[in-house]
Amino acid sequence: MDKFDIITTIQRQLGDRILAVQRKSDQRIYIEITPQSVQEASRLMLDEFAARLQIATGVDTSNGYEVMYHWALDNEGFVITLRVLLDHASAELDSIALMCPAAEWIEREMWELLGIEFNGHPDLRHLLLADDWPEGNYPMRHNHEVTT
Amino acid sequence: MNRTINALTRSLNVFHLAGSACNNCDIEILDALTPRYDLERFGITLVGSIRHADVLLVSGVFNRKAAIRAMELLEQAPKPYLVLGIGGCPCTGLMFRNSYNWDRPPSDYMNIDAFVPGCPPKPEAIISAVVKVVEGLRSGALVPRCLQDATELAETPEAAGTV
Amino acid sequence: MNKRTIVPIGPYHALQEEPEFFKLHVEGEKVVHLDIELGYNHRGIEKLSESKTFEETIFLVERICGICSTSHPLACVQAVEDAGEIPVPERALFIRSAVGELERIHSHLLWLGLAGHFIGFNTIWMWAWRFREDVLNILELITGNRNHYGMMKPGGVRRDINKTDIPAISKLLDSLQDPIKLFRDAVVQDPLIHARTKGIGILTREKAQDYGALGPTARASGYDIDVRRDHPHAAYPMLDFDVITCEKGDVFDKAVVRILEMFESIRIIQQCLTQLEKSGGPVDSNPKTVPAGEGIGFYEAPRGEVFHYVRSDGSNRPIRHKVRAPSFMNVPTNRETVLGATVADATIILAAVDPCYCCTERMAVAVGHHDGERLLNARDLMRLSCEKTDRLMAETGLRGPSLPDFQRE
Repeated sequence: MDKFDIITTIQRQLGDRILAVQRKSDQRIYIEITPQSVQEASRLMLDEFAARLQIATGVDTSNGYEVMYHWALDNEGFVITLRVLLDHASAELDSIALMCPAAEWIEREMWELLGIEFNGHPDLRHLLLADDWPEGNYPMRHNHEVTT
Repeated sequence: MNRTINALTRSLNVFHLAGSACNNCDIEILDALTPRYDLERFGITLVGSIRHADVLLVSGVFNRKAAIRAMELLEQAPKPYLVLGIGGCPCTGLMFRNSYNWDRPPSDYMNIDAFVPGCPPKPEAIISAVVKVVEGLRSGALVPRCLQDATELAETPEAAGTV
Repeated sequence: MNKRTIVPIGPYHALQEEPEFFKLHVEGEKVVHLDIELGYNHRGIEKLSESKTFEETIFLVERICGICSTSHPLACVQAVEDAGEIPVPERALFIRSAVGELERIHSHLLWLGLAGHFIGFNTIWMWAWRFREDVLNILELITGNRNHYGMMKPGGVRRDINKTDIPAISKLLDSLQDPIKLFRDAVVQDPLIHARTKGIGILTREKAQDYGALGPTARASGYDIDVRRDHPHAAYPMLDFDVITCEKGDVFDKAVVRILEMFESIRIIQQCLTQLEKSGGPVDSNPKTVPAGEGIGFYEAPRGEVFHYVRSDGSNRPIRHKVRAPSFMNVPTNRETVLGATVADATIILAAVDPCYCCTERMAVAVGHHDGERLLNARDLMRLSCEKTDRLMAETGLRGPSLPDFQRE
């Protein structure tokens, strides 16, 4: 399957849940999807293309929290980034940890550092920060201030 | 020189207390022990438990999670012991000192006797530090800070002797 | 024998990016559950990076890990170049690959030594680290420092490799072939090492893929990924090299993959040196600004793929910089590999993904010490592991790997 086929397949399968497609270069493709379709899109990436979840990045932007799932397609040699924009008021997503064990720590880290809830995550607890880290203090948010 | 301190000038048992380091200082410490530099020929060996240690080699900054464990561990060290801060991180915190997970300078809660600055210090620098510390102990110029009265402890790393 | 014992390992085993705290739950000798706790090394680098300029960021990510101090900067500059579409001169690409591969050799030798130390063969440790010094000499010759090379910058590299130095570097590299062959024979042909490492800590291909395992950990299980080949970057599309894979995914295969990779690395560096000797030109495109945009960069570090994501708004600082080290994906695979193993094998299994921790860097801190839990410390674990080797020696009449008197001219 070449790049064009893959993008067409994604567009056909996800339909109107795709909000934007941006081909940055031959090796980097960014696809914006609706927050509700994260599980469906991840299932598609895993089953259809045997993609490898590299990491998910969370960014605090002025429009909301942006979560990017970077999927590497090693056989075809490019990276598809699924982008989701969450409202500041409702920072929650469906967890993909059960279908993709690699996502378990990734989601724990994002929950801890950026404060995004992952519904259905099997084991959402502190991964990196100290045990007595104050509740609701998320260092990767832009309004975070160092308290020491 | 009293007999307790004299023990610190012979073959030293070294314990290696790494904080949230980038591991480079830790590797250079091991390098100093392996065949090229071979500190082991002077009887300086790495031990697996702090309870057997004469010298603690501290490397890296300590984050909030690690600092608590480090303090807990230091209490288990048998006196007299020496603490050597290896690398720039225990001295100043380098580029990590503005981090949200930065705790305090290690010298706030550890009696660091000597600092070996560098990022990372070469094995030669570590060896030179060991030599200078032993010379200091022999001449009486250096008294292990763990034996000094707590109230006399200097607050800043500058007050400790930088090697 | 139903009483459950908790064996804490950690939190500090300093020879890896992330000190971890493993809690082995054991019944008798069998490991039945593994808890992994991170965070002893969390320095908030992603956040710190947002306060640094793009040039300074490289020095920051260099200090994520002392062993991968080329991999992280290389992935980071590639992310910046991807974001800003910054061109890189060809000569710089060859220098990047050469320094990256030198780092791979020193990292694999480091791991090999510690793995030997783990199963009780300190001779391998000392020999491996002795030859690692030769690699560091080459790196010092090229970059000016033994570690933390400061070579990468957006748009190229900071230092050129002198053409007059190339024959000397090439000769030093060739002299590494023999020691690595020595280790290959010591490990691959030694029956006692077979007894300690074969069939132990198996990671199946399916599990490797599920957990997103990377680098030698994945390749030892037959999961054939290598971003140097799959996602062309640096000079790799212009070089000829093989990706080493094995099938079984046990500790032995992981060691074999790493040892054979060192030969490939030497091959790659020699090709780079030939190219560098032939051609000239600039090594830096000197970009003045990084335009707004986002970029992804990765590099096959010794432990697996390093991933960096950088977003720029056109100013001189990144507004988001995401870093993913390979151990973040590899360490969770321990939950699969260590189950059902004995405590004596746990040390080498946990070490096989190359978190390369060494007993001497670890300690047991009694966190949550309640009744019914027996606490073993690192010394006990090491003792158990060495005792098993001794026992095997006595039972089978085998001897440890005999390292012949190895003389270098």
